[in-house]
Amino acid sequence: MRMRWCCPAFGALAIFAGAAIAGAVVPIAITDLVFSPAEITVKVGDTVEWTNNDFVDHTATATDGEWDVAIPSGKSAMQQMAKAGTITYFCRVHPGMTGKIHVVSG
Amino acid sequence: MLHTHSNILGLAAALAFACAAGPANAGGNPTDPQIAHIAYTAGAIDIEAAKQALKISKDANVRAFADDMVRDHQAVNDKALALVKKLNVTPEDNDTSKALTKQAEAKRAELSKLSGAAFDKAYVDNEVAYHKTVDNALETTLIPSSSNGELKALLQTGLKIFEGHLQHAEHLASTSK
Ligand SMILES: [Cu+2]
Repeated sequence: MRMRWCCPAFGALAIFAGAAIAGAVVPIAITDLVFSPAEITVKVGDTVEWTNNDFVDHTATATDGEWDVAIPSGKSAMQQMAKAGTITYFCRVHPGMTGKIHVVSG
Repeated sequence: MLHTHSNILGLAAALAFACAAGPANAGGNPTDPQIAHIAYTAGAIDIEAAKQALKISKDANVRAFADDMVRDHQAVNDKALALVKKLNVTPEDNDTSKALTKQAEAKRAELSKLSGAAFDKAYVDNEVAYHKTVDNALETTLIPSSSNGELKALLQTGLKIFEGHLQHAEHLASTSK
């Protein structure tokens, strides 16, 4: 009985993992409340990985509400860019922190 | 409104006094132990204010802001405590920190009589005013007066964090009216 519930979930996870590694992982560092690089260009399907070098928590929050990524102090967090376009984002805790991602089709 | 205004002026006066306070070094500026105490006190005050907001406010955005204030100011104060320990500096109570504490107690008493939207507005308005004053004190007095490089660096990072809080509070004030 447990297997029946377990297997579809595992399958979905495998598909998700497959999609996540399809593109490149593009790093953005956060140091002293600055995203750097502040502006990047990636391809659809690429994953952006923010690394927070500060001693306070930050977020990367898309202005259009598409995603909201928590990036705790000393940790990294990822978000895959699903569609083409330009996304501006900011930190909800420190809204002066802003960045821009141009997503171009592969 | 008048209350808020007089409080801002009082707070500004208290922090401006940091210039003249204490036995002081050559320029008449606060010493590192005094600066450490003032900065720590300013953070502790904002944590208390946030805890009051978490007790009284039912607004999700105000509560999220208050959570951020507790977490960030605690993180900065933890860094400050670790630094003074490392530097073997004993934070020194002074007229500026005393005035700040007294002002904050008066503000908390004032806010404790409010609830609902009136409390939220008063809390957020005071957060805007408070962060403006503290940021200004850091920029014009506390950072230039600090002589230890690590203390200065921590205050500079603190200023960037608190400038973020000011923007957050200003955004909250403009959207909740
Ligand atoms: Cu932030």
